[in-house]
Amino acid sequence: MAQKNPSTGLVMIKGGSFVPLYGPDAKPVKVQSFQLDAYPVTNAQFEAFVQAYPKWRKATVKKIFADQNYLKHWATPLGVGPDAAKIKNSPVTNVSWFAAKAYCECQGKRLPTSNEWEFAALASETKPDATNDEKFYQRSLEWYSKPNPKYLPPVKESFRNYYGAYGMIGLVWEWTQDYNSALLVGEGRSNASLDKQEFCGSGASGATNVKNYVAFMRYAFRSSLKANYTVANLGFRCASSMPVASR
Amino acid sequence: MKTSTKTKAVQFLGIAIYCLGLLFSCTDVKKEREIASAAIAAGSKVLPQIEAELTNAPNVPRPIARKYPAKVVVRLEVTEVVQKLADGVEYTFWTFGGSVPGKFIRIREGDEVEFHLMNHPDSKNPHNIDLHAVSGPGGGAASTFTAPGHETIFDFKALNPGLYVYHCATAPVGMHIANGMYGLILVEPKEGLPAVDKEYYVMQGDFYTKGDFGAPGLQPFDMTKALKEEPTYVVFNGSVGALTGEKALTAQTGETVRLFVGNGGPNLISSFHVIGEIFDKVYQEGGSKVNENVQTTLVPAGGAAITEFKADVPGNYVLVDHSIFRAFNKGALGMLKVQGKEDKKVYSGQIMDKIYLPEGATVQEMPDSKAPLAPVAATKDGRIALGKAVFTQNCQACHQAEGQGIKGAFPPIAKSDYLNADVNRAIGVVAHGLEGQIKVNGELYNSTMPKLTLTDEQIANVLTFVYNQWGNKGVEVTTEQVKKVRATPPSH
Repeated sequence: MAQKNPSTGLVMIKGGSFVPLYGPDAKPVKVQSFQLDAYPVTNAQFEAFVQAYPKWRKATVKKIFADQNYLKHWATPLGVGPDAAKIKNSPVTNVSWFAAKAYCECQGKRLPTSNEWEFAALASETKPDATNDEKFYQRSLEWYSKPNPKYLPPVKESFRNYYGAYGMIGLVWEWTQDYNSALLVGEGRSNASLDKQEFCGSGASGATNVKNYVAFMRYAFRSSLKANYTVANLGFRCASSMPVASR
Repeated sequence: MKTSTKTKAVQFLGIAIYCLGLLFSCTDVKKEREIASAAIAAGSKVLPQIEAELTNAPNVPRPIARKYPAKVVVRLEVTEVVQKLADGVEYTFWTFGGSVPGKFIRIREGDEVEFHLMNHPDSKNPHNIDLHAVSGPGGGAASTFTAPGHETIFDFKALNPGLYVYHCATAPVGMHIANGMYGLILVEPKEGLPAVDKEYYVMQGDFYTKGDFGAPGLQPFDMTKALKEEPTYVVFNGSVGALTGEKALTAQTGETVRLFVGNGGPNLISSFHVIGEIFDKVYQEGGSKVNENVQTTLVPAGGAAITEFKADVPGNYVLVDHSIFRAFNKGALGMLKVQGKEDKKVYSGQIMDKIYLPEGATVQEMPDSKAPLAPVAATKDGRIALGKAVFTQNCQACHQAEGQGIKGAFPPIAKSDYLNADVNRAIGVVAHGLEGQIKVNGELYNSTMPKLTLTDEQIANVLTFVYNQWGNKGVEVTTEQVKKVRATPPSH
């Protein structure tokens, strides 16, 4: 059941299986129980990280690890600057996959896999699996179609799902460990030839659940990324495999 | 090869010399001159490079004057913006260049295009572009998948002339298009399009909002309506009223007008029509075939058409999707205002507005145009018959159908002692009216009998009728009697 571990800020996601959105003959994917950060990593948390690990500071990060927009919303090399009051508890964005991965590893955690992330994101407030809840989709849809706010809201103010994870829907996009393994290419309609798993334009009809049309956008978004990219509405959170003892 | 190079060089030189003769302040001409000079300097292997001029609807870039191919750099920025969909209604549009439809791109057949797609850092979503003018995977979409805050570049050669739609093809494709991610790219044929006086860019699209048509506020996209293909709005150029009022297209009489018409869809095909104009020419589906004298042209979703006509007479010409409920109930209305001299031969304007009579529009008269004479009774029975009609029309309401009257209000004229006692008095009552108290069959009545506007003949007839009904004394009243009584002032 949904349990929050207050010391680490992790919530437990009880394993199970789900059918990813792509492909007409997609098989259910098994997801082991795991723990996931209740909140996306905040600017304040990331500030603490770059202070501790100088190689991830704005000025010193290696170009192959992050593009030139890395932490561009921060006014100072070490922190947010004048906007701190407004966004210190908001999700950190403009971070590359390398930086996100390093952050999680330094916390003794890792980035969630796309399957883990998607599995956890299937939950509405009351149900672990809101696959058939159209209201839930509509909420997603409305967020996807709204422009980014000037200042992202604090992580604790966003939607809390069944597991106690906040902001899975409606806050920011999030990096996953295998973000680029989604079966989507730039030309997202070419599922007729090479890889039938590729979806998108035809995916609406080829998908396992047509109603959850909007979830394609997450796969599409991840597919548009490279590991050194930084994006103004892309953040991350960390995960942890279940400790052996509790399995 | 060599001779053609020489020919080109001579052409460039010619242009350069021509341009030198013109004002240097004219940047366009200057630019052309520089391009031509650069081309000469570099030889024909390197195409002159031009930054494409992009325009917002309803404007289009100037026709291409170049007679040679160029390397055209197109930079198109994707932004996600909240804009007006209708009065009081806002919508989050995803745009190529800041508004719907996207910027108009104009290139020449044979041009090599270096295409830059920039996705604004504030965008929430990744986007790409599929240009129907591109021969290659995804029309460029395969090479332009662009995360927010990034820019992608690819090259293509414009092999086919025509008017082409471009649109976003990122998952979910339908939603990206439904949010307004489309526009037009014109590949002018090598020989150019015939010169016209006015060129405009009109693009239809269907929109799906949670609220009903006109429901105010920032309206979210409605996926269910989109899947059912039941749009809330069907509009030209991105919003209700984008082409009306002050924003109407304009032309002068005698000018030729070319409309580059696109349809972004995502779902509906358009029955494009300009009320009051006939398209002299339609480049069907935006291709090379020209149809002539067309009233309504079909523009498929993801398709286009070029229509041309001469504005013959002044007035307001309404652009519609002639699938007409969309026009008058969902927003697909635009306007072209034509000003200038009337040509009464082509169109007279309203000559007259008058009463319509089903037998014919004019006032009709019989050859002998006198009003028919009232019938004159030749006999006592004839008088009774005509008098019945007068009674029904004038007397029956008060004195009742059987002459019984209404007790206390209107005296009886059946078996009436008052009536039967004095014929001349009875005539006088009808001719002059009667006011004051009278006693009829033992009952007092005190009410007013108005003076009736009846002819002598009518009075004679109606009284004869009354005297020969309901037990009255059966006399005939003549017009001579009535005439005499009428000439006598009432005695009471």
